[in-house]
Amino acid sequence: MDWSAYLPMILQGAGVTMTITLASIVIGAVLAFFFGILRVEGGPVLSTIALCYTEVFRGTSLLVQLFWFYYALPLVGLSFEPITTGILVLAAHAGGYGAEIVRGALSSVSTQQLEAARALNFNRFQTLFRISLPQAIVEMMPAFGNLAIETLKLSSLVSLISIADLTFTAQSIRNLTLDSASIYSVTLLCYFAMSLVLMVAIRIIEHVVRRGDVFPRSAHS
Amino acid sequence: MMYGYEWDTTTWLTYTISILPIILIGLTVTLKAAAAGFAIALVLGLVFALLRRSRVKVISWTTAFVVEFLRDTPLLVQLFFLYYVLPNFGIVLPAFLTGALALGLQYAAYTSEVYRGGIEAVGRGQWEAATALNLTRMQTYRDVIIPQAIPRIVPAMGNYLVAMIKETPVLSVITVLEMMGLANMIGERTFEYLVPLTLVGLIFLLLTLICSAGLHRLQKALPKAGIPLR
Repeated sequence: MDWSAYLPMILQGAGVTMTITLASIVIGAVLAFFFGILRVEGGPVLSTIALCYTEVFRGTSLLVQLFWFYYALPLVGLSFEPITTGILVLAAHAGGYGAEIVRGALSSVSTQQLEAARALNFNRFQTLFRISLPQAIVEMMPAFGNLAIETLKLSSLVSLISIADLTFTAQSIRNLTLDSASIYSVTLLCYFAMSLVLMVAIRIIEHVVRRGDVFPRSAHS
Repeated sequence: MMYGYEWDTTTWLTYTISILPIILIGLTVTLKAAAAGFAIALVLGLVFALLRRSRVKVISWTTAFVVEFLRDTPLLVQLFFLYYVLPNFGIVLPAFLTGALALGLQYAAYTSEVYRGGIEAVGRGQWEAATALNLTRMQTYRDVIIPQAIPRIVPAMGNYLVAMIKETPVLSVITVLEMMGLANMIGERTFEYLVPLTLVGLIFLLLTLICSAGLHRLQKALPKAGIPLR
């Protein structure tokens, strides 16, 4: 098999996979914090809405969600580019799982901390952003790391809604060359390498978060 | 028409009712695939976990690498690999078995970590006591360590079973006709995807809610001290 012709295609596919993964992780993290905080702080109505969001996106299969948004939404007049659909669905999926992580970490902050904040006359926003979140975010990092890897793996499913990611590229090269063994081995190795890169990136972010640079300690000064 | 059931697309309600039997046939395939995959994952995961604890460095490192590789690569690509590459080595499996094998392999990597965590959580004193009683390594695992590890392992395993059920739709790409594959086919023929896909989504939601509730009960019912193997 002549790799010189196919290597650029594979790299391009890997680039698309990485873009989709990173975009989904970033949007997913925003959704995770938004709905996770709503679950804990939102009051009866808003926390129920957040609960519905997490249950729907965690409880139905990702592939079903992808096809639903890809095939069914255009029928009711909403139509996006496939890549937008892919990123949004992956992000919403990751956000559903992430919101549970945020909720879990926020509710694991000790009540003494919250009582102390109350005694110091912090309002709810100050308590959340200066007391709860800075402690909870450290707890969240390992779980978020796993979620990021999970998102990278699940991003392969967008190939089924005709997005030219790494898996899609591998499929088309296989259809041209019929050399399944080499092309799928290379593809698996590519995903493995990307996972390792993502893991290193997560470790670095985790290190930064543990040092406490995300929430500057202006409250103390 | 599919499996002898005619669909009726006049309203969404008649459409739903008319395709429900077809989707339920798909549901049995989904559950069978998840059950077969989970059985493979339970056995293979234990093998991985024990090999990982082997005292021979080559074996434990190789196992660690294989587990890491399986964990960090997508199920879909593993599935394509098995489906297209195994026949090159003369192994021709039906699509259903290939799918179950792929699910089992990917989740064996997860379950091996659960076993490892469960085994490591059993205190050192237990190992020392087993040594003092002159039990062999095999006997120690079978009669002392694994029985105590089970209550710690079961909840995590249950979560992976639920996760696996939700991943079975991927098998539709290698022509396994499970719930979502059927919903897609109905959509292709009627040009009406909204109802079948929503129906499948709702069934998945119901399944996961039921499984989670069942798991919660099981977790409470488990004896904390351990479950003897014989």
